[in-house]
Amino acid sequence: MTSEVTLTIDGQEITVPTGTTILQAAEQLDKDIPTICYHEHTSSFGLCRLCVVEVEGARVLLASCVAQVGNDMVVNTRNERVERSRRTILEMLDSAVDLSEAPEIQEQLSDYAANASRFGEVKKRAMPVIDDNPMFIRDYSQCVLCWRCVQVCADDAQFTFAINFSGRGFETSIDTFFNQSLTDSTCVFCGQCVGVCPTGALKPKREHLLEQGHTPDEIMQLTRTKRRKKKRRQERPYQTG
Amino acid sequence: MFQADRVVTTTCPYCGVGCGLDLHIKDDYIFRVTSDFNNIVNKGNLCVKGRFGYDYIYHDRRVTTPLIRKERQQPGQRTQAFDRDEWREVSWDEVLDYVADRLVEIYHRDGSDAMAVYCCAKASNEDNYLLQKMYRALFRTNNVDHCTRLCHAGSVVALQQAIGSAAMSNTATEVAKADVFIITGTNTTENHPIIGLHMKEAILKHGAKLIVIDPRRLELVDLATLYLPLRPGSNVPVFTAMAHVIINEGLYNEDFINRRTEGFEEFKDSAQKFTPEYAETISGVDRNLIIEAARMYANAERGSIFWGMGISQLAHGTSSALGLIHLAFLTGHIGREGTGLNPLRGQNNVQGASDMGCMPYHYPGYMEVVKEENALKWEAAWNIEPGGLSREKGLTTTEILTHAKPGGVRSLFIMGENPMMTEPNLNKTRHHMEDLEFLVAQDLFINESGAYADVFLPATSWAEKEGTFTNTDRRVQRVRKAIEPRGQARADWEIISDLAVRIEKRLDRENSAFWGYEEPEEIMKEMGSVFTGYGGVTYERIEKVGLQYPVPDKDHPGTPYLFSETFPSGRGKFFPLEYIPAVEQPDDEFPFILTTGRLLEHWHGGTMTRNSELEKLMPEARVDVHPIDAVRLGVENGEAVKVSSRRGDINLRATVTKKANPGVVFIPFHFVEAAANELTIDALDPQAKIPEFKACAVKIERITEAELPDPDVQLERGRW
Repeated sequence: MTSEVTLTIDGQEITVPTGTTILQAAEQLDKDIPTICYHEHTSSFGLCRLCVVEVEGARVLLASCVAQVGNDMVVNTRNERVERSRRTILEMLDSAVDLSEAPEIQEQLSDYAANASRFGEVKKRAMPVIDDNPMFIRDYSQCVLCWRCVQVCADDAQFTFAINFSGRGFETSIDTFFNQSLTDSTCVFCGQCVGVCPTGALKPKREHLLEQGHTPDEIMQLTRTKRRKKKRRQERPYQTG
Repeated sequence: MFQADRVVTTTCPYCGVGCGLDLHIKDDYIFRVTSDFNNIVNKGNLCVKGRFGYDYIYHDRRVTTPLIRKERQQPGQRTQAFDRDEWREVSWDEVLDYVADRLVEIYHRDGSDAMAVYCCAKASNEDNYLLQKMYRALFRTNNVDHCTRLCHAGSVVALQQAIGSAAMSNTATEVAKADVFIITGTNTTENHPIIGLHMKEAILKHGAKLIVIDPRRLELVDLATLYLPLRPGSNVPVFTAMAHVIINEGLYNEDFINRRTEGFEEFKDSAQKFTPEYAETISGVDRNLIIEAARMYANAERGSIFWGMGISQLAHGTSSALGLIHLAFLTGHIGREGTGLNPLRGQNNVQGASDMGCMPYHYPGYMEVVKEENALKWEAAWNIEPGGLSREKGLTTTEILTHAKPGGVRSLFIMGENPMMTEPNLNKTRHHMEDLEFLVAQDLFINESGAYADVFLPATSWAEKEGTFTNTDRRVQRVRKAIEPRGQARADWEIISDLAVRIEKRLDRENSAFWGYEEPEEIMKEMGSVFTGYGGVTYERIEKVGLQYPVPDKDHPGTPYLFSETFPSGRGKFFPLEYIPAVEQPDDEFPFILTTGRLLEHWHGGTMTRNSELEKLMPEARVDVHPIDAVRLGVENGEAVKVSSRRGDINLRATVTKKANPGVVFIPFHFVEAAANELTIDALDPQAKIPEFKACAVKIERITEAELPDPDVQLERGRW
């Protein structure tokens, strides 16, 4: 088995180590393949399919974040077929999810001229903001189900396993087991999930309150713990020695 | 969508891991904390304290004006003043002149021995270097210490004796390279959460085997291959029995022992009585587990040991750490990648504060004060006449307070520490504090100790000043000013330089030791010119990635792991050990052993975290009791109990959990309303002077809810 493979990406030849993904190889050639669920520091599962590319001879478009390079592979990172696929994915996301706080996806929407209105009146994923702990809020109407938060909560970082997918199809969302509040789950509030969230779905509470128009002073008032009355300690006879 | 004005990269102020933080700021308000995924220390991961626990900076209880007590305090009748009405707001000039006057008055009257200072493992290297310089150069005293005395003093002394260097030998992330590692006396996933993640990864992704030796059934036990549940205080028999097995089964590394160590034969003889059977009778650990653990560690390609306060916080803390050091010597598991002797340092900068000489026996760079050549070096650096510096060892943290009486220590300067929470046997500590003639507190909040002070100097938090921290694996990292100081707060190093000038003037010294620093980097430079371990550290070099000292010169790349060729003391030394039981053993009246420690959500005396949102996640102290004990006591989960020792008692709720082992209960020491240190014993290790926080005898009785300090406050989380 050779330890290196040579392939062609958009007409350019490149040699990379075996096991490299198409996305990584394309990055070396400065190809701009759009991604949503992919994160350099979490495992890739090819969930969002936005990074699909066309590989000659392959039956379907391949998710470049997981598909590995092969010898003599001929890859097209952007052609009409790829564009149509990406556009449709973006349009479906845009039609169902509030993407207003996902600047990268906003750029992709305009880059691919995505137009969600062509689906007509469709149901948006809308759910109330979950504010069940002092540290961060969860607004799943902004969630694109990229799964990064679940991965870092599981064996990509924290090994805490507090959250996972729940529900099916359109009803799929990220949740704790048995829909408990986070404070009753195994969550340790490390906020690894907040750190990898690509949209505004997971957000520190203080940032959320600032957005609601509160001033820092008000936020400190709102979140302050009450000062307990200090009880004077009972004096105890003191023995030297 | 919220845009930050700026994002400032700095280093976390909590534990010794030293995670990188990116502070997202709008209008001087930090609203989000993230971390760079390429950060070499924490790889983008943070814990709850680092990511969310910074809001104490903005808390309205924070003091940002210099304060002087309205009523002049008399020694012996000193009182606590939490209420701001008992203080007078003054200007910086007034307060610093007042402090200088009072300190110099005491110094002129009672001399050097009356002066003492607590440096601070939370403050920067520069702050600490300067404070010990002030006391050594101006007051000519070595009564300089900080909380390392309460934390890893046992390990430091043991490592100094055995190998001549007291830091972690390897880098924490190297645990991924180990095939067997031991953790003992450390609840790593709560106290060093990010190192805990590296450990989990090492086990689950790299196939490392874990041996846990601890009196509590910690989270990591779930992932361990072997768990040795020992009784608190029985470390020496267990470790030495492991050594016994390694010797008698011929599993030791003869080549390493011959080349690198001395005293093996004597040690071998002394270890003969420590059979696994003998260790079992003392520690309660099955002999077969001890044998298996010994074999597993000795047969490893790369074996590594991580330990925490459970080893050092004992009246025989030094022997306890030596027991571990022997295991590394026997097997040669040191001086290579993925091996090592790794004491996990608690505070963000406890390593740095120790390096900066904030210890009564050492100048910066662990230069012993009793050696003439060391004193001469620092006299030259500080422009002091030869013979000016004290050559006598000073008093340690705990001793400073026990000497607080007429004829002993009269004045104490506390920078950022809280002995009224963290000293053992608080009832006694309280009386010592009251006996002081003059007490200065430099802090963010009036905590339990600051409340006793005559003067309060408002310092800046870590987010409001420049400097460096040195983390547990010796990495010197930058701390950056992210926001403007709140109110009139000033950086610690600025306050100290300003004060030192005023003191020096009153002392009428011929030469000035120099206090005119413009930038903290000048302080680092001055220190590095004598302590060569930091000689090659410049702010420019650690702009992006910290350097692991020793860094002897400007081109040196830093030292990820130590002792590959030799130990600083030449050969590693074996020390024959004796088993010394914990000072207080359980009996009919006090049948349980109490061990104390920290929780994930809180930090030490609580000055920071209890003034933060973290308080909501963990609002009350709980005593962990094993279900078997709970049945005997008739206590159910969440019920109120009184825990008493011979020294005091506290009321709190019980958590019935298998995390505790039968006969051993655990209380965290963060909570003033149920302060675990009311109960702990003030027995000291004879060499390291570290108190025995980890073992004392207590009894538990049921009480009514109404007797709790605050019955309304209850932990509502289902925390594992």
